[in-house]
Amino acid sequence: MSILERRLLTQDRGALVLRKLWQIPWSFVLLLCAIAAVGYVALYSAGGGAPEPYAARHAIRFGFGLVLMLCVALVDIRLIARLSWLSWLGGVALLVLVLVHGSIGKGAQRWIEIGPLQLQPSELMKIVLVMALAAWFQRASWERMGNPLFLIPPAIMVLIPVGLILKQPNLGTALITCMVGAAVFFAAGARLWKFGLGLAGVALAAPIAYQHMHDYQRARITTFLDPESDPLGAGYNIIQSKIALGSGGVWGKGFLQGTQGHLNFLPEKQTDFIFTMLAEEFGLAGALTVLCLLGLVVLFCLLVALRCRHQYGRLLAMGLGTNFFLYVFVNVAMVTGSIPVGGVPLPLISHGGSAMLTTMLGFGLLLSVHVHRDAELGVARD
Amino acid sequence: MRGVRREEERRRNTFTRRALALGGLQLGLFGFLATRLWHLQVVEGARYATLAEENRISVRLIPPPRGRVLDREGRVVAGNRLNWSALLVAEQTQDVGATLETFSRIVPLAEHERARIEREVRRRRRFVPVTVRDFLTWEEMARIEVNAPDLPGILIDVGTTRFYPEVEHLAHVVGYVAPPAERDMDGDPLLELPGIRVGRAGVEKHHELALRGRAGAVQLEVNAVGRVIRELDRREGIQGQDVQISVDAELQKAIRAKIQDGTSVVVMDARNGEVLAMASQPSFDPNLFNSGISAAQWRQWTSSRATPLINKAVSGLYAPGSTFKMMVGLAALEARVATPAERVFCPGHMDLGDTRFHCWRRGGHGGVDLRSAIKFSCDVYFYEMARRVGIDRIAAMANRFGLGVDLGIELPGARRGLVPTRAWRQAQGKPWNLGDTLVHGIGQGFYQLTPLQLATMTVRIATGRAVQPHLTRAVGGRRMRGGQAEDWPPLDVSERDLQLVREAMWAVVNEPGGTALSSRLPGALGIAMAGKTGTTQVRRISREQRERGFRVEQLPREWRPHALFVAFAPHDAPRLACAVVVEHGTSGSGAAAPLAREVMVEAFGRLCPPPAPRMAAADGG
Repeated sequence: MSILERRLLTQDRGALVLRKLWQIPWSFVLLLCAIAAVGYVALYSAGGGAPEPYAARHAIRFGFGLVLMLCVALVDIRLIARLSWLSWLGGVALLVLVLVHGSIGKGAQRWIEIGPLQLQPSELMKIVLVMALAAWFQRASWERMGNPLFLIPPAIMVLIPVGLILKQPNLGTALITCMVGAAVFFAAGARLWKFGLGLAGVALAAPIAYQHMHDYQRARITTFLDPESDPLGAGYNIIQSKIALGSGGVWGKGFLQGTQGHLNFLPEKQTDFIFTMLAEEFGLAGALTVLCLLGLVVLFCLLVALRCRHQYGRLLAMGLGTNFFLYVFVNVAMVTGSIPVGGVPLPLISHGGSAMLTTMLGFGLLLSVHVHRDAELGVARD
Repeated sequence: MRGVRREEERRRNTFTRRALALGGLQLGLFGFLATRLWHLQVVEGARYATLAEENRISVRLIPPPRGRVLDREGRVVAGNRLNWSALLVAEQTQDVGATLETFSRIVPLAEHERARIEREVRRRRRFVPVTVRDFLTWEEMARIEVNAPDLPGILIDVGTTRFYPEVEHLAHVVGYVAPPAERDMDGDPLLELPGIRVGRAGVEKHHELALRGRAGAVQLEVNAVGRVIRELDRREGIQGQDVQISVDAELQKAIRAKIQDGTSVVVMDARNGEVLAMASQPSFDPNLFNSGISAAQWRQWTSSRATPLINKAVSGLYAPGSTFKMMVGLAALEARVATPAERVFCPGHMDLGDTRFHCWRRGGHGGVDLRSAIKFSCDVYFYEMARRVGIDRIAAMANRFGLGVDLGIELPGARRGLVPTRAWRQAQGKPWNLGDTLVHGIGQGFYQLTPLQLATMTVRIATGRAVQPHLTRAVGGRRMRGGQAEDWPPLDVSERDLQLVREAMWAVVNEPGGTALSSRLPGALGIAMAGKTGTTQVRRISREQRERGFRVEQLPREWRPHALFVAFAPHDAPRLACAVVVEHGTSGSGAAAPLAREVMVEAFGRLCPPPAPRMAAADGG
């Protein structure tokens, strides 16, 4: 290879990168920046009206996340598709590792520490699971999807990580993982009656599962059903969160004027209950605005999925969108007292490095799907 | 390839349908969240806003300073004094034990005190102060402050406690304060504050509401664990009102210096009924109630025969003896059963059936009219008058002079006393005999009167008005009614009769033969006192003793008669009145009248100093 050729190639590569960058929907990046800015404002307030200790770090993490996202966006989707299996194996390996070596936080093993970084493998697992499932279903025809035997390997691909997450134990994330998996099955064309069968199975298994639950998990369910039963104990979080939300009213108490959050009535205000903080200070108007911004992200995922010309990308975008949606829904439903409390942060807004990086990684994949939407990949086969 | 294309198309259509279905579901769930938020923030917003306020706002009461009690010259007789206490805030020290160790080297702490402090530190949140020691002296406080660097976590807190500078001198009048009991709870939230005190006796109790004031409140913003973040609002309380009483503290002290146990003295302004001094011996130190008195001290006070806690001037009940004779005389005159000039022969006794009623003077007084009967205190004259007028009219007259009625003095525990009537006796199921009437004609028998009532009777004789005794001059700077003679309605008693009695009382002190001649006021004062002696038996003297030439001094002290004296002065323009009761003082003229004289001299010296001699030819001439 002559020097000239090499130069041409690098020029060519540079042009390719530029073309791909041009393909990136910057309006979406802007939307993410807006949501992260909301997070900055909320964390500034949670920090007692100061960038430390939360808001500044949040901004830095988002910056890193943004770079990561753009880098991943430029990676060819075919390479990503090829790496899907390996990623799934890596995710499962990390889940095993966390059970063996993980740090214990709040009674469960959820984190592993890699240098300064705390990684929560269950977050990563949901993304690599979507990748693996998309890779499995990418060539499957409608007839093939009707074959129950074809659905058994992907079901096992879902159940292995779910079992490991339950073992941590982290019921909430396990359920979300199941739902993400189910969404991909659904989008890929699994027959509807099979979902009915699955739901019936869950309904039958629920009482047995309740028997095997940890006390704190049962407490969450019972306090959800009747939060007032133990106002200073397990029900405290829900009650205080509802008080904070409700007292915000339509227009809120004003920036930094939220009493519940600032006076520490609100637990975990920088992580799980950050939405409450926002809703207290900016009212229903602010809360709905944030909800709309997050809804736009979900909508974007849907649009990317619909516009994509290969099944892998469609399923990946749909799965990632559902994952993001479930984060948002579970978190907001939790703080409004609509579902039992589980440690689910609000993506892009809550304080936390691991969640931010995995979320941005997911968006990187999503953008890659968008950039490479016309790539030749995974034609249907019987 | 067409098959592949068709297959691809079909797969894509399926995906599109299902993706839209999923998207729709997600949209629906977002809608659910939005309605949920709307419900919480708009529909139930007001309710949650209230809950949030309750969450963060804690209202604490600030006790108002208790009003002071001032004497008639404005001297503080019940005030508030700073009280230093040492508090420990556990979170400000690394080692509670070490801090207490250092502290006990400065102010010794007993083992049980340390145990209590450590227990409270464990039980409370770490920023809540725990009292280490109350009632520090100024010196202890100063030593703690100096050593502050070695005492991390120790704070000095300044509070107030009730303080009675006159110690025991005014205890019976001013009263004392103590922590409220269950029955004191009148719905005022102030009473639930720790450290609050309520009046338990005397003026402190009577004027409790005025003295207490109204609690202020401070709204504090607190966080979830109760730590105060900042003060939101402060509503100052209403300070307790000062109460000015008519007693002169210096006169009171001077009188108390002259009297022994069992003696009570009441000095009143004869023009308006203000009580100028009210002494009852023995007394007690009201300051002791502040810090809580020991059980032993309480037992000693309550079991003592000298009853230091009881104000005998308003709660001690005595037969009036001869001091009552004015009432019998006035009743007889009013009933027109006798004229002032009518003479009764006193042979030294009066026989009724086979009972002989003796005059105190064995030889008798001969013929006596009303004036000389009072002057000599002739018993036979009043036996006769009582016989003529009857007990009920005597009692009615006595009631008009304030005897046996509630005088409304501002001292809880003041007794109403008893002036017997025929009906009263019959209510007991016993008949009223004429013999009883005779005995009651000289102030003996069932009477139960307080020294204050005797003083009031004297004031009413002196003024002819239905003057009520009272202690309050002003509350919160507002003068009370009753300070003028004209504030009181006239007694419905003939002025001529009253004048006769007043002159007779003058004769008691100032004419030869009067029972209290030796107690007349010194000539230098230029004032003449009118008065009446009284001696009341506490034990019956038998005929046998009488015939053996019995002398009362031979009796043990507690069997000796009580000595009484009532007086007003100047006799022609009454300014002061007093009543003196000396328990077991043997005789009114021997014990009570001389004391009354000293009291009068003291009172005139202090309250109505003689006009300064005019500077002759000051303007040169």
